[in-house]
Amino acid sequence: MELETVIGLEVHLQLSTETKAFCSCSTEFGAPANTHTCPVCLGLPGSLPVLNKRVFEYAIRAAISVNCLISKVVKFDRKNYFYPDLPKNYQISQFDMPLAAKGYLEILDERKKINIRRIHLEEDAGKLMHDEKKGISLVDFNRSGIPLLEIVSEPDINSPQEAYEYLTALKSLLQYLEISNCNMEEGSLRCDANVSVRVPGDALGSKVELKNMNSFKALKEALQFEATRQNRLFNNNEKILQETRLWDEDSKNTVLMRTKEEAQDYRYFPEPDLVPFVIDEALIERIRADLPELPGEKKERFIKEYNLPSYDASVLTKDKAVSLFFEECCKLYENPKTISNWIMSELLMHLNEQGITISGMKLKAKSLIELFKLIDSNIISGKIAKEVFHEMVITNKEPIEIVNSKGLRQIVDEDSIKDVIKKVLKENPNVVADYANGKKNSFIYLVGQVMKETKGKANPQKTNELLNGELERFLTPHP
Amino acid sequence: MKPNYLSAGEILKNKHNLLLSDVTKSCIERIDSVDKDIKAFVRVNRDCLKQVGSTDSKGGILSGIPVSIKDNICVKDELTTCGSKILEGFKSPYDATVIEKLKGAGAVLLGKTNMDEFAFGSSCETSYYGPTYNPWDTSRIPGGSSGGSAASVAADETIMALGSDTGGSIRQPASLCGVVGLKPTYGRVSRYGLIAFASSLDQIGPITKSVEDAAILLNVIAGYDERDSTSVNMEVPDYTKSLAKDVKGLKIGIPKEYFVEGLDSEVKKAVVDALGILKDMGADTIEISLAHTEYALSVYYILAPAEASSNLARFDGVQYGFRVKDPENLIELYKKTRSMGFGREAKRRIILGTYSLSSGYYDAYYLKALKVRTLIKKDFDEAFKICDCVITPTSPTCAFKLGEKLNNPLDMYLSDIFTIPANLAGLPALSVPCGFNREGLPIGLQIIGKPFNEELLFRVAYTFEQSTEFHKKKPNL
Repeated sequence: MELETVIGLEVHLQLSTETKAFCSCSTEFGAPANTHTCPVCLGLPGSLPVLNKRVFEYAIRAAISVNCLISKVVKFDRKNYFYPDLPKNYQISQFDMPLAAKGYLEILDERKKINIRRIHLEEDAGKLMHDEKKGISLVDFNRSGIPLLEIVSEPDINSPQEAYEYLTALKSLLQYLEISNCNMEEGSLRCDANVSVRVPGDALGSKVELKNMNSFKALKEALQFEATRQNRLFNNNEKILQETRLWDEDSKNTVLMRTKEEAQDYRYFPEPDLVPFVIDEALIERIRADLPELPGEKKERFIKEYNLPSYDASVLTKDKAVSLFFEECCKLYENPKTISNWIMSELLMHLNEQGITISGMKLKAKSLIELFKLIDSNIISGKIAKEVFHEMVITNKEPIEIVNSKGLRQIVDEDSIKDVIKKVLKENPNVVADYANGKKNSFIYLVGQVMKETKGKANPQKTNELLNGELERFLTPHP
Repeated sequence: MKPNYLSAGEILKNKHNLLLSDVTKSCIERIDSVDKDIKAFVRVNRDCLKQVGSTDSKGGILSGIPVSIKDNICVKDELTTCGSKILEGFKSPYDATVIEKLKGAGAVLLGKTNMDEFAFGSSCETSYYGPTYNPWDTSRIPGGSSGGSAASVAADETIMALGSDTGGSIRQPASLCGVVGLKPTYGRVSRYGLIAFASSLDQIGPITKSVEDAAILLNVIAGYDERDSTSVNMEVPDYTKSLAKDVKGLKIGIPKEYFVEGLDSEVKKAVVDALGILKDMGADTIEISLAHTEYALSVYYILAPAEASSNLARFDGVQYGFRVKDPENLIELYKKTRSMGFGREAKRRIILGTYSLSSGYYDAYYLKALKVRTLIKKDFDEAFKICDCVITPTSPTCAFKLGEKLNNPLDMYLSDIFTIPANLAGLPALSVPCGFNREGLPIGLQIIGKPFNEELLFRVAYTFEQSTEFHKKKPNL
C-alpha cells in the first residue's frame, strides 16, 4: 500500500555569541581541552548562571525570521539527567514556556509551508572522549554552556528530499542572520528527526526518533532508510514501535538505541537560579528593525534590480556569501546575467568540486570581471575563458597574466585562420564530400578541427565566416 | 575579660584598648580549650593569626575581627565539604561573593563550622563529621543546620559567624544557642559561592552576639551581585543607623496560628513576656491571621527537596569530591559514589524530591506546592497592611537532647515550623534571645519584616535587647 511518510525535525544550533550562555567563557571552537572553563560552566558547587543577553537577542532574531510568536516572559527550566558530559547533571533549558512558537518556513520556492512548533534556548554539554586502549574516558568542558537554539518543526515534512530542503532553507536563513556558523561537521548545526508512516488521512503512526546524522547527506539517507523500514514493517503487518534509533554511517542503517519504556523522565522544573523576566516589546522591535535582508527579500530584489530570472535569483541568494560576491561583481560590470551565468555554472561547480565555501575561495570579484572584459574585447573566446578561470581559481593569477603566459590570445588574423582552414579541408576530404552532399553536421566537425589545430584560439565567429567562404571556394570547380 | 568574649561592636569601639591580634589569638585559645566538647568547627584556620598583622593596616570595617564560616560557603583554595563525605577533599577554586566581601573588609576567616549534611537538618547531627554540641548543655543539640556557626558564637570561640538559612537554619540554632541570627530578605545577599540546598529559599546571613553585630555584618555582606541573578539591585542602607531604642507606635502582628498545640509552655511564656516589654516601650500588638500557615511545612518539604534533588545531582564522583574506587562502569560509579557519599537524611531528601518532580506527580505535588507558596506569601502581604512586623517564637521548643529526634524525621521537621514561612515568602526574619527555660536553655524571639526592611527588624530587636539582660548571659563552659 502507498503510505505517507511523516517527518518532523528538531534542529539544534550553536549560537555564535562570543561568550557562553551563562558565563563569560569564550565559545571558540577547537581550543585545547578545558581551557575555556570557569566554575559556572564546570558546574562547580556554589556557582550560579547569569544569562548572556546577547544569546537572548540572537534567539529573538531567529524567532522573528521564521515568523514565530514571541513569548511575553522568558523562563528557564532544568532538564534533569545524569551523564558525565553534563557537569551539573541537569541542563538549563526551556520546557513549558519556549521563547517562541507557532512560526513557519517556506520551502520549494514557496510552494510548501513547514510549520515551526517551538524555538527554545538551552545550554550545550561538554564532549566525551574515550581512550579504548587505556580504558578511560575524558571530558572536555569547552563546549559546556555554549548557547543552543532548538528549533522544532511540526510533522509537516513528507519526504527525505523535503527534509533536506527544509534544513537547507533554515541553514541559509540562519547564516543570513549571522547568529550561527551552521556547520554540521563541527557540530554547530545538529539535526534529529521524528519519522512515522501512515495511510494518508489516518491518524499519525508511532514515531521513531532518529539521531546521529552528521551531514545533510546522512540526514537524507537515514530518513530514506527509516521510511523504507517502516513501510516494510507496515506492509508485513508488523508493529512499528515508538523508539529512538541511531543512524550508523558505516553500515547505512538505523539501530535501536532505546525503547519507549526506557525513555527518561527529565523531571523538568523551573530553574530557580534564573529569575523569569518580561521581554521588552521595544527590544523586539529594535531587533526586527535591525534584521538584515533575508534570502526571500534578497531574491525578490535580485529579480527586480538585476532583471534576473527567478531561478537565478534563487540560486544566487541561497548562500549569503555568494549573493554578496554577485553584487560585488555587479558594481564592476554592467551585465548581471553574464555574472549570474558564470557564478551558477563555473564558480559553484568549482566550489562543489573543491568542497569549499565561497569565503574559502581565492578568486576576487575584480579578477572575474577582468576575465569578462577579455572576452568582450575579443582577446579570448568564451571557451578559452573557462580554461583561464580554472587556472585563476587555483593559482590566484590575474587573467591577462595567464592568457599571456600560456599564449591563449585569440587568433583574429584572417590569413592565419584561412591557412588552418585550408589545411583542415585538405586533411578531411571525406568530410568535405559529406558536406557537399548536404550533411550539415560536417560543418560543425570542421569547425572543431580548426579549433583543435589552433588549440581553441581561433575566433569562433571569424572561423565560421571564413570556413563558409573557403568551403564554397573549395567546392566550386576551378575555372 | 579576654577579647574573645566581646562583640564586634565592642571591639570596634575599642573600649578595651586591645590589640586586634589578641582577639584572634584569644579565639584560637578558646577553640583549643572548649571545641573538643562543642565541636563547632570542622576546620580551624590556624594560619589566620599571620593574616591579622596584615589586615590591621588595611583599616577595613571588620579589620582583625574573626568570623567563622559555615562549611557550605566556598573559600578559595580551602576545603568546603557541606558536612558530607561526598565533598571529601573538595577545594573550591574561587571565593564566594560574601567571602570576597569579608576579605575586603579585613575580616579574619577563623575556620569552617559544622553543619547538618548539605544543611538538611535542625540538629547538626547529620554531619559526616559527627554532631556539634550545645554550649549551654553539651548533652543537647545546638540546632541546625548552622549549628556549628551558632555554637561557635555562643561559646565565644569566635566574634561572629556566617550561616545559611533555607527553612530556619540560621534562626533556629541562634535561638537554641542564645545568640542573634538574621535571615535577610531573599535577594539581599548574594548566593554566589553558597553550595545550594534549595536555590529559591537559601540566604546567607549573620549569626552574632548582639543585634548591633548582625547589622555590622549585614552591612558588609549585603548588596547586588551580577553573578547572582536572584540578588536584587537595590541600595544597601547603613544598618547600624537603625539601631535605635524606639518602638513607639510600632504595630506588631501576632499570628494566632503560631500559638497553638505543640508550642512549649515556657517558650510561649517567654514570648508573651517579651511582647509585654515591647508594649511597655510603646508598641501595639494586634492579632493577625496567617491562614495558610498549617500548609507551610508540607509545601516546604515538597519544594526544598525537589530543588535539592536537582542541586545535589552534580555530586557524582566525576569531577571532584569523593569517588568510589574502580567502578565497573558508569552506572556503578554513580550508584556507589552516591550511596557511599551521601548520608541517610541527604538520601531521604533526594528521593523525596526526585519523587515529587516525577512525571505524573509533578502537578499534584510540586505545582500545587508552588501555588500554596503564593498563598502563604499573600497572607503576609495582607498582614503587613495592618502591622509593621510579625512576632512569633523562633522555635517551638528549647534545645532537645542528642538523638531525641534523629530517628523521627517528622518530629525533627516540626522544629522549623515557625521559621519556614519567612523563607517561603522571601521575607527577612531575625531571632533574638528572649529568655531561658527552667533548665537554663535559651529561648528565641522571631521578628519577621517586610521585604528589604531589615532596618525595622534591627530597630525592634535592638530595642528589646537593650531593654533586657538575656544577651549578656554566657554559658558555663
